[in-house]
Amino acid sequence: MKDEKLDYIKLASNKPKGKRPYFHNDPAVERVLNITMALAGEVAVMRERMDSIERLLEKKNVMTREEIENFVPENKEQEEQRQLWHAEYIGRVLRIVQQEMEELENPDKSLEEIANDINEM
Amino acid sequence: MSARNLPPVYNKIAQHAVFPKMNHDERARYNFLANLNKHLAHVSQGNKTAFENRVEPKFEKEHGRKIATTKELEEAISKDAHYQVWSSLRRSTMEMRQQAGRSIVLRQAEELRDKVNALNAGKDSLVLDDSVEVPPYLLACDNHIMPGSYHTELIKDDVTPAANYDTGLFVTTAGLLGRYSDGGGKAIVSWVKKTYPDFNPKRILDIGCGMGHNVLPIAKAFPNAEVIAIDTGAPMLRYAHARAMDLGITNVKFMQMDAAKTTFDDESFDWVQSTMFFHETGGKSIYNIMNEVYRVLKPNGLTLHIEQPQYTDDMSLFEKFIRDWDALNNNEPYWSKMHDIDPAELMASSGFRKEDFMQIGAKAENDLDDGTQKADEPEDHGRSPIWNVFGAVKN
Ligand SMILES: C[S@@+](CC[C@H](N)C(=O)[O-])C[C@H]1O[C@@H](n2cnc3c(N)ncnc32)[C@H](O)[C@@H]1O
Repeated sequence: MKDEKLDYIKLASNKPKGKRPYFHNDPAVERVLNITMALAGEVAVMRERMDSIERLLEKKNVMTREEIENFVPENKEQEEQRQLWHAEYIGRVLRIVQQEMEELENPDKSLEEIANDINEM
Repeated sequence: MSARNLPPVYNKIAQHAVFPKMNHDERARYNFLANLNKHLAHVSQGNKTAFENRVEPKFEKEHGRKIATTKELEEAISKDAHYQVWSSLRRSTMEMRQQAGRSIVLRQAEELRDKVNALNAGKDSLVLDDSVEVPPYLLACDNHIMPGSYHTELIKDDVTPAANYDTGLFVTTAGLLGRYSDGGGKAIVSWVKKTYPDFNPKRILDIGCGMGHNVLPIAKAFPNAEVIAIDTGAPMLRYAHARAMDLGITNVKFMQMDAAKTTFDDESFDWVQSTMFFHETGGKSIYNIMNEVYRVLKPNGLTLHIEQPQYTDDMSLFEKFIRDWDALNNNEPYWSKMHDIDPAELMASSGFRKEDFMQIGAKAENDLDDGTQKADEPEDHGRSPIWNVFGAVKN
């Protein structure tokens, strides 16, 4: 338990202990659906942000669409912020792939087995 | 007014000094997830239709008889496409909620810890004891698929498990527990004040207090009482204590202790309370904990336990099955076993008299309810703010 910076991107997508239930006949469907839903979420997030921006622009009348269209990062810090955003984004969207790897490395008991174990605890 | 029953926007959640900092997109992500949760409660209605229209008829055709057990029901329905997609989406939503919460709190783990430590420093109302062991049932799996559960510390003096819990409850329950997620605690206070207007407890014990959100309304309602809230998870207690300090509630002492083996004297509490606690324990511990409740309760003392709705005899097999979905698919395993225990028997086995057993229904008091919530909203099984409360006055 050292006090160094946490790798929060990886940690945030950790799998919980207890085997993950799969509901589709083919686990590939589950995988794709999960990735798609995470993407759906991020599209919604982006849409809400756009909505905020548009409303503020409208209210304050401080910039034009044209300026947004032509914007590129203006310094190293901005460049890094943008790339870090992508890294975090991908960690979030590909959560299920990471968790399946974690399960491979560290196989879990089924929840039914755990329930039976717990019943004896 | 919209034709849809919309969850409150995330920014309605109450802030306090140790509430994690959240940016625009993090709030937006939670708005999406609260809406997705609500949406899936509607999609869940299709499970009943699928069950009645195709799962049950198919089974009857193949077996020449009705489905007899929830196990058989599960086997049959798990091949149904609607059930598959609903289940898969619900699981996915819960995982996304955890991912979203953890990405918020883990990036600021040290700042949160420092803020909590500053509020807790020098206070004797937080008593941690690292000799207290995490109960084995909490180590068997991560409850409600919260990676690391209530106890894991990723940094020294970590509070992120509690901070994550604090941000996400509002999302999972679509804001129905109110701005402080304390609708359960408020409901129990109202019921106690109405039912026992002369009750003036001097010492109150809350077991499995978590981040303390439901014990604070009790402490506030009885400001002269000495309230003790116990939990085994140090991160929960640190955060709970700092949160209470900031909210100006000073009559609660948070102590790290196992509810199955407390260090309190016999007959030393007027009221022992638990909220959404027993279904997250284990088959033996539940009896040990109830024995402790009985032991520490004074004669004439009150004990109440807010729990998931009970199975009732008139409940269909399908309803029992769907109510239990979270047990195995959202990691609440003991919930599926607790049904086999009659709360009256549980209490009687610890010494409570059968005739003193009581059971009431409770509904969260929601300070966000502006009357736009519609009555015909489908129940989100396992998440609705409608509970069973059981308990007794000790005689
Ligand atoms: C679902 S949370 C309930 C929190 C809170 N009471 C509420 O109103 O939501 C369950 C809590 O019980 C704690 N817990 C579980 N077993 C315990 C035990 N034997 N003794 C003390 N706390 C325990 C867990 O650490 C967790 O914080």
